[in-house]
Amino acid sequence: MDTHETAEATTTPTEEVDWETKLRYFLNSDFVRSSPFWGIPFLVMGVAVYGGMGFNIAISLTDARGLTPPDYSPGNLDLEMYTQVLGSNAFLQATQNNLVLLVTFTTICLVLGLFLAVLIDQGIRYDDKVQTIYLLPMSLSFVVTAQLWLWMFNNNNGLLNIIVTAFGFQPVDWIGNPSIALGSIIFALIWQFSGYTMVVYLAGLRSLPDDQFEAARVDGASTAKTYLRIIIPQLKESSVSAAVVLMVFALKAFTFLYALTGRYRPPNGTDILATLMVRQAFKFGKWAYAATIATYLMVLALGVIAPYLYYQYRQGSL
Amino acid sequence: MSQSTPDTNIDVASLVEDVNLARIGQYVLVILFIGFFLAPLETGIMTALKTNEAVARTIPLAPPTGEGFTWGNLQFALEQLSGAFFNSLFMAIPATIGSVLFGSMAAYGLTMVRWRGQMAFLILFLVGIFLPYQAVLVPLARFWNNIFPLASMLAPTFETLPYLQDYHSNLVPLIITHIAYGIPICTILFRSYYQSLPSSLVEAAKIDGASVSKIYRRIVLPISKPMFGVVFIYQFTQIYNEFLFAFTLITGSDTPEAVVTLILPAVGASTSGIDFGIRMSAAFLAAIPTLIIYVAFAEQFAKGLRTGGG
Repeated sequence: MDTHETAEATTTPTEEVDWETKLRYFLNSDFVRSSPFWGIPFLVMGVAVYGGMGFNIAISLTDARGLTPPDYSPGNLDLEMYTQVLGSNAFLQATQNNLVLLVTFTTICLVLGLFLAVLIDQGIRYDDKVQTIYLLPMSLSFVVTAQLWLWMFNNNNGLLNIIVTAFGFQPVDWIGNPSIALGSIIFALIWQFSGYTMVVYLAGLRSLPDDQFEAARVDGASTAKTYLRIIIPQLKESSVSAAVVLMVFALKAFTFLYALTGRYRPPNGTDILATLMVRQAFKFGKWAYAATIATYLMVLALGVIAPYLYYQYRQGSL
Repeated sequence: MSQSTPDTNIDVASLVEDVNLARIGQYVLVILFIGFFLAPLETGIMTALKTNEAVARTIPLAPPTGEGFTWGNLQFALEQLSGAFFNSLFMAIPATIGSVLFGSMAAYGLTMVRWRGQMAFLILFLVGIFLPYQAVLVPLARFWNNIFPLASMLAPTFETLPYLQDYHSNLVPLIITHIAYGIPICTILFRSYYQSLPSSLVEAAKIDGASVSKIYRRIVLPISKPMFGVVFIYQFTQIYNEFLFAFTLITGSDTPEAVVTLILPAVGASTSGIDFGIRMSAAFLAAIPTLIIYVAFAEQFAKGLRTGGG
């Protein structure tokens, strides 16, 4: 059936092939025959994802706010919102917080996940049970984990402050103090996500042939050296895919921050692009302004995804 | 296993000792991390079962004792959440089925049948997985509220349906939204599975003259049962746990059609602060459906996560 399609495609229009034959070939091709299968989902998804993105950009070019519907007349469309957003301190602050979150969260999750994966891969007993426990936070909603951590961070009775005071330190205002609130939240998110990176690394580790390890051992390399020099470099692919997922998550993280306070404004010093965008849109009704922030966010996310997809494509692993 | 002995000369025994020490170190680390991952859950459960007085007096990790024990928090939280549980399941189950079916179809069309230009479509699906939903929130709100107010169009019909009220129609846009944005991830999950199947399976059927749709129904659907399990579990957990779309499309946590995740950040809050006994009870009740699924199907969940990403 493949051949039919190629034949159809290579026939140039100038050649006088009976159009009915051509049509029949085309209708019989796998492309057309399989089109209901991929076409319908693609249409639904395409309208939602790409239609939505386009609509968002269109709104960002207007000045829409409040209850008046966006005015799409050509005279009204400009990039004014984009300069306005870039010039606002709140946006710059949120971007900075977001980058801090992205870098620290991704790095620590990767390192901790790799450590846990190597630990579990040492032939621990009940390793599948241990893995299930480590991954458990990932099965919970961010709304739920935010409540659990709100209690952990509690000033008077939270577990963290009980531990801190037991060591003779002053109790810490984990999410009330703007200079450490972001750190506290990153800590909680690492708690939730390091099980995920562990699972990704564990799959990578277990797909490696055992004999490499044996060979290194015969050569007299220590366990630590074997991991650092031989095993970990081979986990590059796991690292890249986990890092992309974590970075994109860090960009769009909203739920955890919202659910900590139950308000549009996250704890002081932890405002990121996602929370800023939702607040501008649904609290203040500044639709065009919020759509502009969302567009910037989308560009940042594409900046992470595009190189990744290109890398995957080049590797032939798409 | 190993007894601690004072330093002796290097011999075989001390080497064995060394290995054992490393082992013990590994187990200590494993247990420490089990503590790290379970501590927030443990404090939550224990707090849920304590009276306010016991919450203030005891450390959060300790179980409630005697006077300090109560079912009251859980009962109160259950009352607050019972309607929301129905809403969440009413929303999540059809949304999961829809996106899983579409995902399987799309993956079949993009994998088992070969045609040129598949890669371009595949990349469009892949971008859909990673899209930050903030980039479509304003359009979504405008579309479902102003351009195509499906919820209010369906409200009269819903009133006549058994077990449903008119306000449940507000969940329909949410279901459709979840289906549409769930398709990319489901497609990629199924694709990874279909790629692992031998191509001879489909080739043989083609030579026998089976049509594309017949191959799907007779061959691909039956053999993808295990993958349906994986994707269903993964996707249900995602949709049930999701917050942002519900937050955008449902007007508030005090509306009768609110889902569980929407109500939870407000349960047990009052002017005097948060009642953590109630809040923790509600958090646990909210987590129960996904916890049960996770404990029962941990392997499938991990598989979905590995292939699909967070």
